[in-house]
Parts: sequence; structure tokens; C-alpha cells
Amino acid sequence: MMRFIITIKMALRALRRNTMRSILTALGIIIGVGAVIAMVSIGNGAKAQVQNAIAGLGDNLIIISPQSQNTGGVRGGAGTGVTLIPADADAIVTDLQEGSNRVMSVSPYVSGGGYQILANGLNWRPQSMLGVGPDWPDIRSWKVAEGNFFSDDDVKAASKVCVIGKTVADTLFPEGSAIGQMMRIGNIPFKVIGIMDVKGYSNNQDQDDVVLLPYKSHMTRLSRRTSVNSIYVKARNEDVVERVKTDLTDLMTQRHSGVIDFQVQDQAEIAALRNQATTTMTYLLGAIAGVSLVVGGIGIMNIMLVSVTERTREIGIRLALGAHGKDVLTQFLIEAILLSSLGGMMGVALGIGGSEIAGKYAGWAVEPSTPAMVIAVVFSSLVGVFFGFYPARKAAAMDPIEALRYE
Amino acid sequence: MAPVVKIEDLHKIYDSGEIPVHAVRGVSLDIHRGEFVALMGSSGSGKSTLMNTLGCLDRPTRGSYWLDGTDVAKLDSNQLADLRNQKLGFVFQGFNLLSRTTALENVELPLLYSKKRMSAKEMKDRAMYCLEIVGLSKRYDHMPNQLSGGQQQRVAIARALVNEPQVLLADEPTGNLDSKTSIEVMGVFQKLNDQGITIVMVTHELDIAHYCKRDLILRDGVVVRDELVQDRSVAEQELQRLAEAEAKAKLIGNPVPAT
Repeated sequence: MMRFIITIKMALRALRRNTMRSILTALGIIIGVGAVIAMVSIGNGAKAQVQNAIAGLGDNLIIISPQSQNTGGVRGGAGTGVTLIPADADAIVTDLQEGSNRVMSVSPYVSGGGYQILANGLNWRPQSMLGVGPDWPDIRSWKVAEGNFFSDDDVKAASKVCVIGKTVADTLFPEGSAIGQMMRIGNIPFKVIGIMDVKGYSNNQDQDDVVLLPYKSHMTRLSRRTSVNSIYVKARNEDVVERVKTDLTDLMTQRHSGVIDFQVQDQAEIAALRNQATTTMTYLLGAIAGVSLVVGGIGIMNIMLVSVTERTREIGIRLALGAHGKDVLTQFLIEAILLSSLGGMMGVALGIGGSEIAGKYAGWAVEPSTPAMVIAVVFSSLVGVFFGFYPARKAAAMDPIEALRYE
Repeated sequence: MAPVVKIEDLHKIYDSGEIPVHAVRGVSLDIHRGEFVALMGSSGSGKSTLMNTLGCLDRPTRGSYWLDGTDVAKLDSNQLADLRNQKLGFVFQGFNLLSRTTALENVELPLLYSKKRMSAKEMKDRAMYCLEIVGLSKRYDHMPNQLSGGQQQRVAIARALVNEPQVLLADEPTGNLDSKTSIEVMGVFQKLNDQGITIVMVTHELDIAHYCKRDLILRDGVVVRDELVQDRSVAEQELQRLAEAEAKAKLIGNPVPAT
């Protein structure tokens, strides 16, 4: 043990003797590990955000969206089709919700922003302007803080009423209550009848910067369209989600004359889909990390070989004074390991610092991963063992007489 | 009493090149405890090879070598290393101290490779004691480049002593030193020898060999002369004589006129 401590001290001294060289040698490892730690932190942050966003959708949610549209052989992205209509939602209500107790609530979903709001002498362009059904608060597990949500009748009559998020309320009506106030949306007057509870940020989006309209009002008065973006269905509980999905698929297939121009997805599937990209990214990062560690390791091996040659005389002295080959091997191996593991630790520090800074300036969520740090440090030490072994063995195999004569 | 070094018909042939080189051709030698042997000879006489063999750095091609009763020929390289560590002390012409390492740590080095487990404190005490013997305990924290040649060689001697070896092997220890410093180093050797330490030393200089007790001359790989040194020099007296001469030179010497 005593000897081990002395060996580490000797190794540290040898590294300090050529501080600049040691730092440059370790730089490969530092940058490699730093980059990986930073990317993993940012990736983790993104993943957590996606998960939060999906969890925030509400429980036991199933979303029906149109299959991607094919126009002249060009395949659009998912949801570009225009095959879902409000009648589909009505059919789900009559056929499934009223026929069984498995479906809790149903709501069409129409989005489309870009409408300027004018109220109280102020201007505002909210992040989203959604047309939804009266079940929306239940589906999104989102309570109305003040006033009321619109009713079925409001939808049927395409009433000019709206419910707004907290951000919109605070911006347009900084003093006094927004309830009962009028807002002009795209020049059409709507009456504010409710304010939603604060939901906070998700995916860097202010979820409270929203205006909710009866979907029919949205379709007839603003967006002037006949199709909906998607239909949200809430199942009674987790156990019936699969059953509801089957029922929905059957019903929709039947309604669409056997053409499957839609997709039925539950939350888990959506989450998996979004995570897939992150997972691919993680593998890519791992590959980059591997490559940079190998490159860094070769740098270490190179410098250790130089160091062994430079210190031939020292090795000769040690061997003459009674060091075994094993002692010399350990000495050089520890130097290589120290070099690489210190590099790894500096890389971790750099990665954390770098990701924090990047996160601050770019506004990304950053979540450093402890396992990634441990793995990075352990792995860089292993790189030291692997790439330090050959030079160390070369040192240990020296002939003391030859080594002592070396100039 | 058995000799501490016993060599019988030792041969060393190097056949790495095209023509095998017969460096040592049958040397037999007994060195007893307390001896102080000078090994002389011109270049190529085989004295370095003999020293390397004595120092267990090299194995003889033929013949046998017992060091303190151990048959060296039968040992593997790790056992040889242990033997060097425990029974031999090395002093080299070029000092061979580790650079940027303090005198104390240089002296501690053989302890680090010793089979005897020692605490850091014991190691330090032992090394300090050896530095004391060579009169350098005050400079224990100096780096080699902060020490003069003679001081560096004394550190090297302290290092050679630290494991209490049976034999001290010195390969031209005064080769890189001026004459006064050489005498100082020989003084250290004589003092150690008086305390009973066996010393074998290679040298080119006849006057340095005069400080030893026994003079061996090698030529073409064989011992051609082996005799006791007559009217041996004593370092202390020589140094005193040198000091007196210097003082005298200063007294009578004409000062260099200022130009």
C-alpha cells in the first residue's frame, strides 16, 4: 500500500514535470469525454421534456390522426391528411361512449394559429389557438380556474365564446377579470367565458399562452375548414386502452369504407416514437465517444512511448537498484492511467460546464447523467490501461546494462 | 571465513555481432570481507564486463560466481534484482541520480524496491542516516542539479549504502570529478571501508588506485596482476597537504596585476 502511494506520487510528479505535454496528451480524452457528457446532458434534458409533455397530455389518452397524405406521389408528414371530420367524433360518442363505459370523453382537435387578438386596446398573438370540444378539460386533466368551459350547445351553435390561458389573460387583461370581456380574434368578436388553470412550460412552450374555442366556431368562423387535425379520446383506465383502440380502429375503418387513412395511437406509442430519435442519438454519441477515446488513447500511447525512451536511463537506474520488471511496468502503467482518468474527470467537468452554459444560452433543459459520468471516467481509465500497457511493458523489458548506457 | 565474492574460471562471450567477442577469459577471484579492491585495466580489458557480472547485472557465459554464498548463475532476473537490491550497492561514474528528485528521495529509492516492508518514517530515517554518513544530511532536500559533482557522488554513495549491502561496487566513481573532489570521495570510501564495508572499484587513475588496499590489473580478459597496495594514500592526509599547499600558494603567490 505504502509502495502504491509512493508510485502514484512518482507518477504525478512525472506528469507535472511536463505539465504542458500532459495536458495536451490528455486533451483528446478531455474533449471526447466533455463532448459526450455535454451531449448526454442535453439529450437527457430533451428526453425528460418530451416525457413531461406526453405525460402532460392527460392519462389514458388515445389520439386518432389522419394518415399522411399522398399528393402526386409525394408523401406528406403524419397528420397532413384531411380525412377526419367532426362527424367521426360524433360517431365515436354515439357508438362507443354511449354504448359502453370504456370511453370517458371525446374531443375533436383543430389547431391553427396566426390570428391576431385585439382586446382591451392591446394586441396579442398567442402561441396556439385551438378548437376543441367541451370534454377538453377532462381529457387534458386541466381545470378551469375562473368562469366556465364552453358547453355542447356552444359547440353546436358555433358560439362566439372562448376560454383563455393564464398568460393570455394576464397580458390582455392586466387589471380586473377577463371574464365577460370581449376579444376580437381575426376581427370576429368572442366573449371570454373562462380562464384555465396555470399549466406551466412544456417543451419550452408556454402552455398557458393559448386560446380555446368551440371547434365548430374555429372551423366555421376562423379556419374555414371541414376536417379536424385529430380526435382525442380518453379511455376509462389503463386496462381498457387496448380494447378502446381496437374498437376505434374498427369503427373508423367502417366509417371510412374500409380505407385505413388514419392512425390510432396511445400515449405510450407516441412517447416511444419520440424517444426513438433520442435513442438513436444516444447510440451515435456512444460511437463518437468511442472513437474519441480511442484517438485520445493513441495519443497517450504515443507520449508514453516517447516518455519511456526519454527516461531509459531512469529505468536503468531503477532496475540496477533492484526494481523488478513488474515495478517499472506498474509505474508507467499508473502514469498512463492517471493521465487518462484525470483527463476523463476534466472532461466530465468540461462537459457539465459546457452543457450548463449551452443550456443557459440556447434555453435547453439540461440534465447531467451520473451514470454517464461514472462510465466516462471508468472507461477513460480503461483506455489508460489498454494504451499504456505496451509502452509500460517496453520499459519493463529493458536490459539494465543497456538502459544505463543510454545517452 | 568464506569470501564474500568468489569467482571461478569466469568467461563472458558476447556473440551478438558477427564475431563472438571473448571479453572475459577465465578469471578466478576471491574477495573477502573488508577488502578494498581497485580494478584497473585499459579499455577493452574486460573490466566493465567483470563489473557488470559482479554487479549481477549480467550473467557469465561460463564459470561460476558466488555472492555471499549465493550461486548467481542459477537465479532468474527478478532474483538477480533482489540480490542487487539487498547485497550490492552501486556507485556510477555519471552519478546516475534521478533528476528533479531530492537527495533524500534518491537515497530512499533502493528501499522502495526492498523486500523488507518499511514505513515512510523508517525509510526516511534510514535515508537520512546514510546522508549523514556522507556528510550531506543538511542538503537532503536539494535536487541533484543544485549539488556539486562531488556532492552528487556522495548522494549516490549514500544511496548505495541504504540497504546495508555486502559489497559496494563503484564504476569509475571519480571519473567525472576534479582531483580534490576525487580525494574527498576516496576519503568517504576509506572511511566506509574502515567500518568494514567491502568495496570493489574500477578506476583508470593509478593515484586513485593508491587509496585502495588491493590492486587488480586486467588485460585482455585475464587478471595479469593482483597485489596489495604498498604505502597506501590516506585521503585525510592528502587533503590536508593540498590545503597547506593552497594556503602557501596564496601567501607567496604574486597577485595578478590589475590591468
